[in-house]
Amino acid sequence: MMLQRVGAIAVSDDPLHVPRACDGRAPDVFRPGGWVQMRQYRENEPVDFAIVGTGAGGGTLACKLAEYGFSIVAFDAGPYFRPLEDFASDESEQTKLYWTDDRIVDGANPLQLGSNNSGKAVGGSTVHFAMVSLRFRPEWFKSRTMLGYGADWPLDWREMWDYYTEVEQALKISGPVTYPWGPPRPRYPYRAHPLNGAARALAKGCEALGIKWTETPLATLSAPRGLAHPCVYRGFCVTGCSTNAKQSALVTWIPRAIAAGAEIRDLAMVGRIEVEPSGLVSGVHYHRDGAWRFQRARNVVVAGYAIETPRLLLNSATPRFPDGLANSSGLVGKNLMAQSNQAVWGRLEHEVRSYKGPPSLAITEHWNYEDKGKDFFGGYSYMSQGPLPQLWANTLFSARGLWGDRLVEAMKDYNHVVGLKIVGEMLPQESNRVTLADEVDQYGLRIPRVTYSWCDNDKRLIDHSLKFMRRALEAVDATDTWIQDDDTCHLNGTARMGSDAHTSVVDVDCRSWDIPNLWICDGSVFPTVGGANPSLTIQAIACRTADRIRALARQGSMRRANILSMQRG
Amino acid sequence: MHESRDRYPEYDVLAKWSGPSWNDKTREVIARRLSIAPEPRYFTREEYETVVAIANRIVPQPRDRPPVPIAALVDRKLDDLIMDGFRRPGVPRDADAWRLGLKALNAEASAAYGQRFAALPEGLQDKMLRAAEHGELKAAEWGELRCKDFFKHRMGRDIVLAYYAHPTAWSEIGWGGPASPRGYVRLDLDERDPWEAAETKDGHDAAARRSNRRVR
Repeated sequence: MMLQRVGAIAVSDDPLHVPRACDGRAPDVFRPGGWVQMRQYRENEPVDFAIVGTGAGGGTLACKLAEYGFSIVAFDAGPYFRPLEDFASDESEQTKLYWTDDRIVDGANPLQLGSNNSGKAVGGSTVHFAMVSLRFRPEWFKSRTMLGYGADWPLDWREMWDYYTEVEQALKISGPVTYPWGPPRPRYPYRAHPLNGAARALAKGCEALGIKWTETPLATLSAPRGLAHPCVYRGFCVTGCSTNAKQSALVTWIPRAIAAGAEIRDLAMVGRIEVEPSGLVSGVHYHRDGAWRFQRARNVVVAGYAIETPRLLLNSATPRFPDGLANSSGLVGKNLMAQSNQAVWGRLEHEVRSYKGPPSLAITEHWNYEDKGKDFFGGYSYMSQGPLPQLWANTLFSARGLWGDRLVEAMKDYNHVVGLKIVGEMLPQESNRVTLADEVDQYGLRIPRVTYSWCDNDKRLIDHSLKFMRRALEAVDATDTWIQDDDTCHLNGTARMGSDAHTSVVDVDCRSWDIPNLWICDGSVFPTVGGANPSLTIQAIACRTADRIRALARQGSMRRANILSMQRG
Repeated sequence: MHESRDRYPEYDVLAKWSGPSWNDKTREVIARRLSIAPEPRYFTREEYETVVAIANRIVPQPRDRPPVPIAALVDRKLDDLIMDGFRRPGVPRDADAWRLGLKALNAEASAAYGQRFAALPEGLQDKMLRAAEHGELKAAEWGELRCKDFFKHRMGRDIVLAYYAHPTAWSEIGWGGPASPRGYVRLDLDERDPWEAAETKDGHDAAARRSNRRVR
């Protein structure tokens, strides 16, 4: 009998309570117990960029800027996991990936936070995202001008098209040979995944109703890549991938960032951005290892997603900026946009067993690209679903009102459940917003209050989608269909980009209008959200921002304010 | 009382414990869960008794197998400070909301029936839970916590999540269970890997029983 090499693997650390990225090394996410060398920077010598958050925005930007030769320290409030050894196949255990610090929710439609719109880990919520990697419809970047609603982005879709390609290559997105909607795009780097039973039902429904469908472009491997194996279809994607097939920031951008000389600080909660008398920012105050510390920086990038980003800007208020940083427009925290996430569920006589494979293997973007027959602005996609038992049981309980014997009996039909769920566009409203509550969290920082109400347009879109999806399910002979109408997903807005300092928080380069060395780079900058999952667009914007920062540094327009070191190399 | 596990006869997700679908981390997590004793750490005895009674109504269990210790699972979650991370204004955080809600429910029970909730017959317990579900309980003890929110977002949610976090419940619904690193191979409609639960068809369970005995 072979002896297990238990002694060879360091089980020394608890990533939830003790920082791992210290002493010149960071966890090797590809090897149990492994480490990689990591450069470290002194706190009292300014780095070029202190980046707050390591998810789709901050992780991507840290990588790109480090590769361009800038000195980078990126902070994350969450742990630094090695998925191969730290992730269980278990819904309860994996709630450790979510941001569950205290928050208040109110409004007519209070948001449910936690699982499907937050992350507290190095890699942010990409560690447990559903991997759906969609490009925006080009017209959405000019939705005010071309479609008559929302706000125009200052970005040009043709430029974004190239950055989308860069991200798709970086994550080795698996996708169909030809994508049915929008302008031509290059071939996806990896082949599409096979359909599971739930995806097959979506496809049949679309064909019955005469609309197109496709295999969903996904950020999970369909062929080997480096030390990562292809997806094994275990189906725990949204609770964290324990095989590294998922191309999260944790296993893509961040290893590249470290290799290029960036430092990652885990379990490091940034509580305040310091502003100098000159009006420029000079670093960040952060809590790590039981103490408040200060990192000097020539530039600060806030990339904490649409709740923590405005919260940090508001919590950093000074006498000079009493309403918070970058907030002369008064828009920091406003125009929060979730996406509608309603579903129609039913029962098939077939065994569906939707727990196998990524939850959304098939998609239709028909109603993102078709404008006829709508009584609302915006669009939605809908995808096949694969809820695991806890999520499904709570859906039956909270959305269908089942408990007692009815719940237990309905759960026995779990393997026959089929469902379609939208990612729907919700319109920006200033009244949907993040403000500060009076209560404080475990760091002594004022907690966010998240206020959310649907507008009439949001409700019309949801209504349209539910009617359509019900027809799609009935077309595949689903019985006992019912509607789940209370869910939302994703969070964007709260620091929108624009071309006018009075009506936006950052410019096209994600640079704040008010403070030239303060940047925001995450989903907060979205002026509108479209009916597509936002992660690919967040990463594309981060890639563009890095290119713009490099170009500005070369032009000297960042040196003008004496805020950036000469670029090395 | 419903019958237990008829749909997937003799399927036991724990038969895969030592197989390629369970990794070390999963075994560690589930072993810890299975070792939880049916007694309170966070709740007082009286609170715990009430949670046991509520859990019996929200997720009734068959009497022919050892029960999943739902109340203890909820108790341990609260004791470990595992929280949702969001709440309505004026509503306390998870563990305190539980305490407040239980107190209010018992106050309602004794006002209406002169007894603690746990001592009521099942029919009256269900009646009270339905009243909570529909927002009809308004005793002063609720404070700013609406009984409807407590029912849906705290009490019922935690109980349902606790039960379906247990391997006994996974076997009951024929779920594949933990699946790393092996995952699955046969994905399409009506396809099943040999390490998945077989369902009874048309009332004939011999084939399913045979297949489920071989799951590893």
